[in-house]
Amino acid sequence: MPADASPHPLDGVAWEPGVSKPDPILVVDNMHRAFGGLVAVDVEHVEVQRGLITALIGPNGAGKTTFFNLLTGFDKPDSGHSVFDGGSIDNPSPHRLAQQGMVRTFQLTKALTKLSVMENMKLGAKHQAGERFLKSLFTPLWRPQEQEIEKRADVLLSRFKLDHMRDEYAGTLSGGQRKLLEMARSLMAEPTLVMLDEPMAGVNPALTQSLLDHVKSLRDEGITVMFVEHDMDVVRDISDWVVVMAEGRIIAEGPPESIGKNQTVIDAYLGTHHDAPLDLEPEPEVAPEARAEQGEEE
Amino acid sequence: MIDWGFIFEQSLAQAVDFNAIAFVLAAMGLNVHFGYAGLLNFGQIGFVAMGAYGFGLTVTLWGIESVFVAVVIGLLFTVAFSLILGIPTLRLRADYLAIVTIAAAEIVRLVARSTPMRNITRGAEGLNEFIDPFRSLNPFNPSGVYGFGPFQYRGQQVFVILVGWALVAICLLVVWQLMRSPWGRVVKAIREDEDAARALGKNAYWYKLQALMLGGALGGLAGMILAVGNATVQPDFYAAAQTFLFWLVLILGGVGRVWSPVVGAVIYWVLVTFIRNLGRQLVAAGMVPTSVMDTSQVDQIQFWIVGAALALLMVFRPQGIFGSREEMALDAR
Repeated sequence: MPADASPHPLDGVAWEPGVSKPDPILVVDNMHRAFGGLVAVDVEHVEVQRGLITALIGPNGAGKTTFFNLLTGFDKPDSGHSVFDGGSIDNPSPHRLAQQGMVRTFQLTKALTKLSVMENMKLGAKHQAGERFLKSLFTPLWRPQEQEIEKRADVLLSRFKLDHMRDEYAGTLSGGQRKLLEMARSLMAEPTLVMLDEPMAGVNPALTQSLLDHVKSLRDEGITVMFVEHDMDVVRDISDWVVVMAEGRIIAEGPPESIGKNQTVIDAYLGTHHDAPLDLEPEPEVAPEARAEQGEEE
Repeated sequence: MIDWGFIFEQSLAQAVDFNAIAFVLAAMGLNVHFGYAGLLNFGQIGFVAMGAYGFGLTVTLWGIESVFVAVVIGLLFTVAFSLILGIPTLRLRADYLAIVTIAAAEIVRLVARSTPMRNITRGAEGLNEFIDPFRSLNPFNPSGVYGFGPFQYRGQQVFVILVGWALVAICLLVVWQLMRSPWGRVVKAIREDEDAARALGKNAYWYKLQALMLGGALGGLAGMILAVGNATVQPDFYAAAQTFLFWLVLILGGVGRVWSPVVGAVIYWVLVTFIRNLGRQLVAAGMVPTSVMDTSQVDQIQFWIVGAALALLMVFRPQGIFGSREEMALDAR
């Protein structure tokens, strides 16, 4: 992996779980969530650096999506505390967090199928006068704002190459286009932190590159991005910092190059004794492969 | 012989009478609930009853002889009913509201007709002496006959019909305006996917509550039209089965379209009146042997036929008269 030419904001930061960062936009403390006896999330402390792309990875069942839901207000923690952009959010509701600038997307894309692409976009805009019941009854009270929002939406649609679908039902879009629409729609809310839940899941390889470029362009605009992903190539390609979860805990943090070499992470993904030879069976094939991959990186 | 002229006259007259108007308004309320906001309300008749009782009680119980106050109180009844139903259930999945509404509508009827409530609601006898303030506003001669062609009504009737259709026109305008505004966009987005709307900063709970109140208020207006049209409020009229006739009207017209309640209700009343009158005449003329059907059975058989017609509609035009098949197909993806 080629290193960045410019000095990285996280250069001096230690590669250890829960490390504090120079300019965190999101700080989480002692967040705990259990479903019956199963502890899904038990995060002691984690910080997300402003203006960077942070990846959240971990094996299946690590609690990534639950953690995401807790952060975005779609689930309530049993205990815990988080601070977003300087404001404490003890009992967050999704819409309030979104209004404060934390907007999320979903693993299963939520295009609003029976609204047009343009209507989907316009929904994303915040502080609309016409969304209040009484004001909505009088068109002149919301028409000028509506036109302004439409202009902004048109710019975003052409940037995401959806302008030709502008007036079609969102339900007619392909899976990849829906991902693009969801991302574009969340930008309508002018977020400071975008939370993407598996943005590449179910997207064909041709579109993956374009989606990656869009995610990178968010960072270039100064928007902080946090995303959950399984594809390690994607993580290595776009993220500035990686947080690894396993069994509900943060087990490692560091730049993407460091993660593949981290013994705790390898153990979490492959099992603690994955490279110990078995007595009767030949050595499992996955281990040498994983080692070969690490070798490439070094 | 069958008097076709009489049958058509009766059918057309029913198409504009106050029953059809009440069905338009009640189905319009369901359209706001289900067609736009995605709320499953199986107790619309409860809202209708709330409107009717609120209107009637203003005069009979509190002795306020003002139509305006009666309408306001009737609407407040429906808003209170919406809040009681909505606050506990709208945070939950859609089916909870459905269960609660169907039960609550029956509770309204059973409480209204119960003996302990007799001092207030007059029990099963219902409210009867509230019509004077409304009739005192009537500019038509009560004993005169007005109209043209098949549409002949007495003075009292004509007043109810004109007030009713004016109300329908205003409500159509309000629903149309709301649903093309950003408010309507949020409500439709919640219908499509509540979590997506919440993730974009919309307070889905509050919007659903607003939609429930709006649709309930439209149901309440239907109740008031029924109250002034019948000049009485009978608790047993507001039985659970009525709700499904409103649903029928809505589905017939097409869910989520502004005009569908109007067209659905008119078609429904023409169809039902036509079948009933034709059935009666067929039996009376001896063209249908009484071993197959007698006059008292016509009323039941008319609903069989309406049901069969609806089933055929679902097979050949599931989107209703105004709905869009293209839009429906999106659900299947």
